[in-house]
Amino acid sequence: MSDAVLLIGTRKGVVVARSGGARSSWQMNPLQLVMSSVYGVGIDQRGATPRLFAGATSEHWGPSLFHSDDLGASWQEPDQAPVAFPEATGASLARVWQIQPGPPNQPGVVYAGVEPHALFRSEDGGVTFDLVEGLYNHPHRPEWQPGNGGACLHTVVPHPTDPKRLLVALSAGGVYRTTDGGANWEAANSGIQSYWMPEDQRFPVFGQCVHKVSCHPSRPERLFAQNHFGVYRSENYGDSWTAVESGLPSTFGFPVLVHPHLPDTVYLFPLQADSERMPPGKHCRIYRSRDLGESWEPLANGLPQTNYHSAVLRDGLCTDGGEPAGIYFGTRNGEVYGSFDEGDSWQLLLDHLPDVLSVRAAVVA
Amino acid sequence: MTATLVLPAVLRPAAGGLREIPTEAATVGQALDLLAGQLPLLERRLRDERGRLRQHVRIYLDSDDIFDLAGMDTPVPPGAKLHIVPAVSGG
Repeated sequence: MSDAVLLIGTRKGVVVARSGGARSSWQMNPLQLVMSSVYGVGIDQRGATPRLFAGATSEHWGPSLFHSDDLGASWQEPDQAPVAFPEATGASLARVWQIQPGPPNQPGVVYAGVEPHALFRSEDGGVTFDLVEGLYNHPHRPEWQPGNGGACLHTVVPHPTDPKRLLVALSAGGVYRTTDGGANWEAANSGIQSYWMPEDQRFPVFGQCVHKVSCHPSRPERLFAQNHFGVYRSENYGDSWTAVESGLPSTFGFPVLVHPHLPDTVYLFPLQADSERMPPGKHCRIYRSRDLGESWEPLANGLPQTNYHSAVLRDGLCTDGGEPAGIYFGTRNGEVYGSFDEGDSWQLLLDHLPDVLSVRAAVVA
Repeated sequence: MTATLVLPAVLRPAAGGLREIPTEAATVGQALDLLAGQLPLLERRLRDERGRLRQHVRIYLDSDDIFDLAGMDTPVPPGAKLHIVPAVSGG
């Protein structure tokens, strides 16, 4: 049985934890990229050995994008800035929010979503990146607003088989997609609400604060979105969205995740909002739907159910794709929980970490 | 006689372990421009890609904050020390 690796971005650096195939006991390596906040992490398994990524920002020394080819023992960055805005934009990189390897049929392609709102693309395996000008020059960009966390492009969803199709999500700009390889982009937010707007303006073409989008690679036309209030499903690659919220204690949250082997099964971590941002009832609970979001059930077995105040951020929920699949989430309390039975039960895998900002996991040889 | 960039401990790995880097620059801005050619990874710890000094980085020419002098246009006399200092505002 293969080993598993957890890559955890925190407020104070990046952590790699390893486990044997049973994934019951985890060894944590020392914190690296110390005193940088790591909002985005990624694992690329398309090559002979996994490449890990970390988007790290030091308050003093600025942002960068690092990679590791030895499962986190060491981290590298090229001499020239891996992600940098061209001079003509007048912009400068504030933070790397998302690092997403491309699909299997595009080896070497890696995407980076950043702040201020922009998408970068690499063709050398994520060492150096170029600005995707087609999105940067979109006429909507001057009207994209920052979310509370910043003006971020936080989600990149490559199409699993069509290299010309890609979908991204911005806070607060909404969902955008391309069908021509990134030269042209269109907003894809029909049906997603901006609740804070006057009633007659609550379904704009763009400007929604979409927090995360997830899909299953076997169903690329079907997408799930967790919005700043609102959980949605699209069956047509974002042409339209339908609210799927029945049974949720709150429609606010950050992450959304589709089970890697069960395309109809989806996970959320709802939060009371808009002023609290703590779990409803102070119960730490993942919510699961087994029917495409038509109904939701709370998952609490093994999770703290009293006086729980912490939250899970948009990249704090992930799967390792193993068999059975590990589902993991990291909290702002510095905990990482895992389930290996589709969420029926949970184990505390790691604790006493700094504030967890992002998590990715993989089963490795 | 050259001037010297003095690095805090946290930045020395980006300079191959060096604590001090000599510079022949005439101004502070020129010193960082020269650094971009010599040690680009170190330079971008100090300035963003637009050449702006990062918000929580301070530079002292001997004992004077350069922003109390002429900023990036501050002349660098021979023998001077340019101290790179992480500001407490950055944590």
